Amino acid sequence: MITITGLTRSFGTKQVLRGVDLHVPKGQSMVVIGGSGTGKSVLIKCILGLVTPDGGTITVDGQDVTRVPRDAFLARFGMLFQGGALFDSLPVWQNVAFRLLRGSLRRPRPEARAIAIEKLRRVGLGPETADLYPAELSGGMQKRVGLARAIAAEPQIIFFDEPTTGLDPIMAGVINDLIREIVTEMGATAITITHDMSSVRAIADRVAMLHNGKIRWTGPASQLDSCGDPYVAQFIHGSPDGPIETLR
Amino acid sequence: MTRLLAALGKTTLGTLAALGRIAIFTGQTFGHLLRPPFYPREFATALLQIGYFSLPVVGLTALFTGGALALQIYSGGARFSAEAVVPQIVAIGMVRELGPVLVGLMIAARVTSSIAAEIATMKVTEQIDALVTLSTDPMKYLTLPRVLAATLVMPVLVAVGNVIGIMGGWLVATQRLGFNPTGYLRNTVDFLELHDIGSSLAKGAVFGFLAALMGCYYGMASERGAMGVGRATKGAVVAAAVLILAANFLLTEAFFSA
Ligand SMILES: Nc1ncnc2c1ncn2[C@@H]1O[C@H](COP(=O)(O)OP(=O)(O)OP(=O)(O)O)[C@@H](O)[C@H]1O
Ligand SMILES: [Mg+2]
Repeated sequence: MITITGLTRSFGTKQVLRGVDLHVPKGQSMVVIGGSGTGKSVLIKCILGLVTPDGGTITVDGQDVTRVPRDAFLARFGMLFQGGALFDSLPVWQNVAFRLLRGSLRRPRPEARAIAIEKLRRVGLGPETADLYPAELSGGMQKRVGLARAIAAEPQIIFFDEPTTGLDPIMAGVINDLIREIVTEMGATAITITHDMSSVRAIADRVAMLHNGKIRWTGPASQLDSCGDPYVAQFIHGSPDGPIETLR
Repeated sequence: MTRLLAALGKTTLGTLAALGRIAIFTGQTFGHLLRPPFYPREFATALLQIGYFSLPVVGLTALFTGGALALQIYSGGARFSAEAVVPQIVAIGMVRELGPVLVGLMIAARVTSSIAAEIATMKVTEQIDALVTLSTDPMKYLTLPRVLAATLVMPVLVAVGNVIGIMGGWLVATQRLGFNPTGYLRNTVDFLELHDIGSSLAKGAVFGFLAALMGCYYGMASERGAMGVGRATKGAVVAAAVLILAANFLLTEAFFSA
């Protein structure tokens, strides 16, 4: 369970988050939508402590994230970065098994490799990719390796930053199903950022829309089409006309 | 005029602030020295990258410098009929000063730049953030192995550089200047003191530490984008070179002014 209250963050003079309030119940899949540059990535980086908030509080299972022991805290999380963020000095399988090769979750190398290959299979990559280096993969393949790495240690809380951008529609469907599966079967709590409306419908239990530094609307995915909020309506229909300004 | 002074003052303040941040960074690096987990694999890779693969460039630098040194001392010494001191001066010049400084500067060029560019690229592509989310402390995983490896391996590189530099002098002296091969070597060995060699290796350790530390610090502090990586690399190499030369002066002062 993640609760965010009054979260603010600026970069220079630019106020990106202006008081975000968001609640993600345990074992649910929350999808965050919102225009490009509205601070969605910054929002999840704040939860992980990668970006320090200017104000507001974030609690996970009732504990303030700034006061918990970092290692134990982070061991519960998995994160897919928007750009993949694969370690380009390591082959694909060592990227996926990174957590399993060192630290508290350490396992024997052959076992870690077997798990990595299994996770790669789940994101639609064959065992032949295991020994390639990230630079030898296409953008969409890198994204999927990043996804495999995020789920490798079976975390309780997973963040996906645009998991399906750069993927073909079929692969995007596979990934959507995978995320749904992780939430329903493993009981994980997930926050997914996406611009892809078919993803939203496939993944989300709840949806939140970030606009102008605040959560504009949040509610169950089933109410997305009938919520009556003009901002949400404009966003999901991808219409250039509406309250959201499009600079041209 | 005041604009110029203001710019100067701003740079000075900026440098002081950077020194403070570097001091904190150093403290953090040492803080990880005794606290597990350790990453032996990263350490081994760093040893290989910084030490082993630097051998060719260190050897070439030292060889040519030793040769040139012999020629200069011979022609300079000829002015007061002291040509015979070539072996002694080459030995002392190489071991006390040129060996550590040149190897240090070559390491700043080769190792500091590559560390800074690598870590800065990791930073701008969010790999550092990814490390954190994978419960791995970037200071422990990236900085400590490199700094430790450089500090330990640089004395070895300096020793190799010293020997090859002296051999360069020996080659030139025996082939071109008519020195007796065994006599030259005997003079070198007899003349050098343990103190010379010890100070040389100690300088090496300090320079290696500075070179790797600057690479890591500037890499970690990199701004976003390709320009950030470029700036981090440039800053790291310049800082490493200047600090190595400054440290060399202070160490020489400490070791030899008595
Ligand atoms: N480290 C940083 N330094 C300066 N500005 C930043 C930094 N990180 C984010 N920003 C700014 O914060 C704003 C929000 O960035 P963020 O990456 O969260 O957008 P986003 O909603 O994820 O957009 P997209 O959908 O395009 O990924 C952007 O305007 C960006 O310029
Ligand atoms: Mg983003």
